[in-house]
Amino acid sequence: MMVDQPKYKTSDEVDFLIIGSGAAGGILAKELSTNGFRVVVLEQGPYLTESDFTHNEVEIFAEDKLTNHPKLQPNTFRKTPDEKAKPQRALVYGRCVGGTSVHFTANFWRFHEIDFIERSKIGPIAGTGFADWPITYSDLEPYYTKVEWEIGVSGLAGASPFDPPRSKPYPMPPLPVKSSGVIFERAARKLGWHPFPAPMAILSQPRPGRSACVNCGFCLFFGCEVGAKSSSLATAIRAAERTGRCEIRPNSYVHRIETDATGRAVGAVYFDDKRNTHLQKAKAVVVCANGAETPRLLLLSASKRFPDGLANSSGLVGKYLMLNSAATSVGLFEHPLNDYKGFAVSRVIHDFYELDPQKVGFYGGGGLDARFDYTPMTFAFGGLPPDTPRWGKDFKAALSHNFTRTMEIFCHGTSLPVETNSFSLDPELKDAWGLPALRLTYKDHPDDLKLANWQNARAQELLDAAGAQKKWGFPVAEQQFAVHLLGTCRMGNDPKTSVINADHRTHDVKNLFLCDGSSLVTSGRGQPTMTIEALAFRAADRITALAKRGEISS
Amino acid sequence: MTNELSRRAFLSRAGAGLSAAWVSANWPALLAAADHARHAARSATPPKFEFFSPDQAVEIEAIAARIIPTDDTPGAREAGVVYFIDRGLATFAVESQKTYREGLPELQARMNEMFPGVAKFSAATPEQQDEVLHSFDERTETSRRAIRPRPGAQNFFETLRQHTIAGFLIDPDYGGNRDGVGWKLIGREREHTFQPPFGYYDKDYPGWQAAMKEAEKK
Repeated sequence: MMVDQPKYKTSDEVDFLIIGSGAAGGILAKELSTNGFRVVVLEQGPYLTESDFTHNEVEIFAEDKLTNHPKLQPNTFRKTPDEKAKPQRALVYGRCVGGTSVHFTANFWRFHEIDFIERSKIGPIAGTGFADWPITYSDLEPYYTKVEWEIGVSGLAGASPFDPPRSKPYPMPPLPVKSSGVIFERAARKLGWHPFPAPMAILSQPRPGRSACVNCGFCLFFGCEVGAKSSSLATAIRAAERTGRCEIRPNSYVHRIETDATGRAVGAVYFDDKRNTHLQKAKAVVVCANGAETPRLLLLSASKRFPDGLANSSGLVGKYLMLNSAATSVGLFEHPLNDYKGFAVSRVIHDFYELDPQKVGFYGGGGLDARFDYTPMTFAFGGLPPDTPRWGKDFKAALSHNFTRTMEIFCHGTSLPVETNSFSLDPELKDAWGLPALRLTYKDHPDDLKLANWQNARAQELLDAAGAQKKWGFPVAEQQFAVHLLGTCRMGNDPKTSVINADHRTHDVKNLFLCDGSSLVTSGRGQPTMTIEALAFRAADRITALAKRGEISS
Repeated sequence: MTNELSRRAFLSRAGAGLSAAWVSANWPALLAAADHARHAARSATPPKFEFFSPDQAVEIEAIAARIIPTDDTPGAREAGVVYFIDRGLATFAVESQKTYREGLPELQARMNEMFPGVAKFSAATPEQQDEVLHSFDERTETSRRAIRPRPGAQNFFETLRQHTIAGFLIDPDYGGNRDGVGWKLIGREREHTFQPPFGYYDKDYPGWQAAMKEAEKK
């Protein structure tokens, strides 16, 4: 399915070098090449397409075919900066063309107005860098709409009374409801809550070159074999290639952004698949490597002129990491739900999007969804009640009975930005290329944990109202594994308290832009990808305007 | 190759604006056929073991058969789990070779210690076998939902437990779960595509608007 692309020489100074081909990088590649610029995208992972995707759990979970590999790219973790970090797998992200959007669940909520201005509304929170965004929901609304129509998002406008205003309905109806969704919807209504069809970046109707979802059931962590999941791979990357001006260069692991004597970025140095190094020259560099690898790359690019890392005069590169608060409850029902069929989520509630700190005693808010995201194998490892034997006759009987009768309620929520929560370079551990490994430092803000427990209690109420035969919740624990990688190069107007401005331009380097989860100022309520993609569309407009006015090159 | 080509041709046609119904109707057969051909090499039962000796294979199979026993339905033995594990130890689980190499003799020694006179695990009664396995089973607390299996430092029994489950429940196209017996047990249909209604609770769902109205009446 790969189409002919231009092949630029590394000595060719292209207009834009984009690092990373995921949710943000794919869209920037598409937009900038469509706007007439010559673009090279460097992606560290391989270029896989629909025919490479399988239902093989060994490839996915044991061999990390689509994701960062813990052997090649080991990590360390510690809770606080005074501890020495220990080696452990600390994060998972997509490592292939399309990035994490290839394997994600595809929950596609917009942020609400409050997410951009909450600091002003409720005031400062001690021990955090809680801040307003330099842009508002209304600045981003046209881009949310653009995302929905360009990549294909299924949903029902107006179904949630808590939805922010929108300029256009969804381009296609919601995906079919699952049994978990019906159970959830009925129970939520009984409790006076407002369930609505989940907005999902999965096609409910076919589009040119792509099939509607066929409900195969291997969705989260798997690549979509029919192009129904609206990943960057299935959407923006293909559109970028069709311009004839964009080269996607896979297996290209960038480890340094080079700057010249005047402090301008001149290109990026990367390893190819044979570990030869190259410098791709460019007039401007856009880093979309995700909220862990983007700050890592800036820190790896330290130089005499930028001793603390590139674009790090604020000292905030890698800091204020937010992972999103999360909790899960599980219910077992009398009759088969067969929830293994189809995508993960069909119903959501946003009744608790904005909790009143005065009433609940903590800051935060979130959403609950009805889901089943286990494969047969992962269900056997984690989907049975905690009191079930882990092997033998009773284990087998529980597997046999429960697999079709189980559903989960997943509680997504806010994380507060705490400065010490961060990605940084481990001082000792190296990756397979000899580069410093990513070190995760994270300790949830107490309010994030209170929120997770509070929402899990609502999930338990819901399972009771639904008449679950058995229910259990996973105790909320401090996180030490990162999936949502947010806030580590935050956006802001003040160069002392942020890394990029509202145009995604770094405060320190005029022709260096950052756009991905790292740009977020607040965490939203648990589903960041839609906002990352809206930001990418907006960033492309801003960057194009700057370039056309000659304000990048001079 | 023919299958691979037909699958590619199908996928590109599927995208050309064919109806969802057509896709749903035709996708599984084509996909299943193509996938089967692609993975035939991997899913065929190996003629001989790559890692285990025949004696070791007997012991491993005996342990796996206590993890997922055969009763009125097939268990690990019928699913050919031992072949999956053997293949795994030569491919995706090379790092577990040492665990198996050291773990199996240790388990046999424990068997002799607890039941003197029983020569090997496979010769013991199921009750004796379970008692020995319980002595190795260190329950780890799942404090938080783990949706990805977490590889890491593990003892022999835990490693074998995970490999047995994997070999029992993996998509049968990928070298385990022979004849789909694991999926049959849990009620997972083999099709590559499904149409709503999916289960008991959504089959009478009246649609979003109607459900809203019903709720308002109450």
